[in-house]
Amino acid sequence: MNFTNWSRKNLFANWKDSLLTITILYLFYVSIPPLLNWVFLDATFFGDSKKDCTGGGACWVFINVWIKRFTYGMYPNDQIWRINLAFVIFFISIGSYFFVSSKIKKYIFIFLTLVFPFLAIFLFHGGSLGLEEVETRVWGGLFLTLFISVFSIIFCFPIGVLLAMGRRSNLPVIKYFSIGFIELWRGVPLITVLFMAAVMFPVFLPSGTNLDKLIRVIIAITLFESAYIAEVVRGGLQAIPRGQYDAANSIGMGYWKSHLLIILPQALKIVIPGVANTFIALFKDTPLILVVGLMELLGMVNMAKTNPAWLGLATEGYVFAAFVYFIFCFSMSRYSLSLENKLKTTN
Amino acid sequence: MSKIIELKSVNKWFGDFQVLKDINLTVSSKEKIVICGPSGSGKSTLIRCINRLEEHQKGDIVVDGITLDANTKNIEKIRSEVGMVFQQFNLFPHLSILDNCTLAPIWVKKKSKKDAEELANQYLEKVQIVDQAKKFPGQLSGGQQQRAAIARALCMEPNIMLFDEPTSALDPEMIKEVLDVMVDLAKGGMTMCVVTHEMGFAKEVADRVIFMDEGSIVEEKPTDQFFNNPENERTKLFLSQILN
Repeated sequence: MNFTNWSRKNLFANWKDSLLTITILYLFYVSIPPLLNWVFLDATFFGDSKKDCTGGGACWVFINVWIKRFTYGMYPNDQIWRINLAFVIFFISIGSYFFVSSKIKKYIFIFLTLVFPFLAIFLFHGGSLGLEEVETRVWGGLFLTLFISVFSIIFCFPIGVLLAMGRRSNLPVIKYFSIGFIELWRGVPLITVLFMAAVMFPVFLPSGTNLDKLIRVIIAITLFESAYIAEVVRGGLQAIPRGQYDAANSIGMGYWKSHLLIILPQALKIVIPGVANTFIALFKDTPLILVVGLMELLGMVNMAKTNPAWLGLATEGYVFAAFVYFIFCFSMSRYSLSLENKLKTTN
Repeated sequence: MSKIIELKSVNKWFGDFQVLKDINLTVSSKEKIVICGPSGSGKSTLIRCINRLEEHQKGDIVVDGITLDANTKNIEKIRSEVGMVFQQFNLFPHLSILDNCTLAPIWVKKKSKKDAEELANQYLEKVQIVDQAKKFPGQLSGGQQQRAAIARALCMEPNIMLFDEPTSALDPEMIKEVLDVMVDLAKGGMTMCVVTHEMGFAKEVADRVIFMDEGSIVEEKPTDQFFNNPENERTKLFLSQILN
């Protein structure tokens, strides 16, 4: 009864509504069953080669067989435990962060920001203490996506905040440097920046020095994204009333103290949605490193689909990649939303 | 009594507009002065110059023996000795009332958290909102917020307190609770410079009243003389408007 009333009010209120409802229901009828058939009912999930795919639906065998490459790139199979170990440590630290007292939280935070990055790089790269060296050119897949995203995000955020403050500085040198820096990086496509990092940058280095291509790419993405973060954060700084600066100054706080304790905590809270937006964009921009020969998740899918034994499975590959990107981006989006709500209630 | 604030021919411009014209003013230790005048007369700018929230372009300002110039160290020293209360309270909305009060003692005066909290509780008690210490500014009424702002300034244990129209943004029924705290503070011997239109407050606590108009000090007299026989025509007009 309830449903009848509800649908009469919302779906069939007049002839226009009814027409729209029927059209849309028809479109659902036409598109959804074939989609479900393709993804689930007619799909083949298990097997060893393309020949096992006889159902007429999606050939998920492709993903199943290649999942190791999609996840770890060309990282040697017998060394993959190192990546897994780093991620297990990472997720245990993050997970336990939410269940321990604030005293231990401090130590976990210090570990995650100051110790873990070096530990992770050591585990991934090796080369000493009995760990075999694994060159960055064989790094790839989702592992590389996460590696580049996490490090770029960690570095670009503080640089962006400093640039935002610099752009509002009273000191002309700092102000115009910040403006110049931001406008330069915002005015150039990321692809160009990546090309320059990979091809042109080594030309400027003193001969004999060789900076790893992956490091150059991370530096390039970091500088590029920091310009965007700077503008987002500047918006937040501008929203803080003059009275907050006056009050902070009047109790004897200088520039850094008033910014770190009063202005930034308020400004950053305001810009959470914008910062999350930039981080999600950064994550989705990582496939562009394909142009300099690094292959993260999408790059590996691209490579696998051209393998002679697996030709014609591009759709499955791209659907899978899209699904993985979506999971991560959606998680980031939800996390930023929960952070927003959490900070709102304590105020 | 010793001079604690001294302004000598102070001039200030906002662009082409001169907001302060040749201001000379001396305030002795423990003295209470009230500055009044029509809006736009430069009275807020004047007291904001005393802790250099505004920069003056000509003349000298000496506070507690220190001449205010571009020297950042001096400015920060002066600011930690001079408390200020604003029209819009300007509490830090992301911190509890207690944290608002302990922040500067901890970070500027390097007090321990325990000492700072003890001090804060003492002053919150004094302004009678110690029971609100855990709340955030947004959860308090205007009068409570302004009293918290006074406590925050007092926690730096200043020698001088500046008040920039502290009751102008308050509902009428809350003005008294703030003025009571200020009267109490005056009786405790604090040096105070108060920009206000509350003439009742001026009569009760001020040693001197200063009337400003168009950037100049037009009249400066001991309180009873100021109210009983003002000389300047503009002062008379202002008083007749504000007292009736």
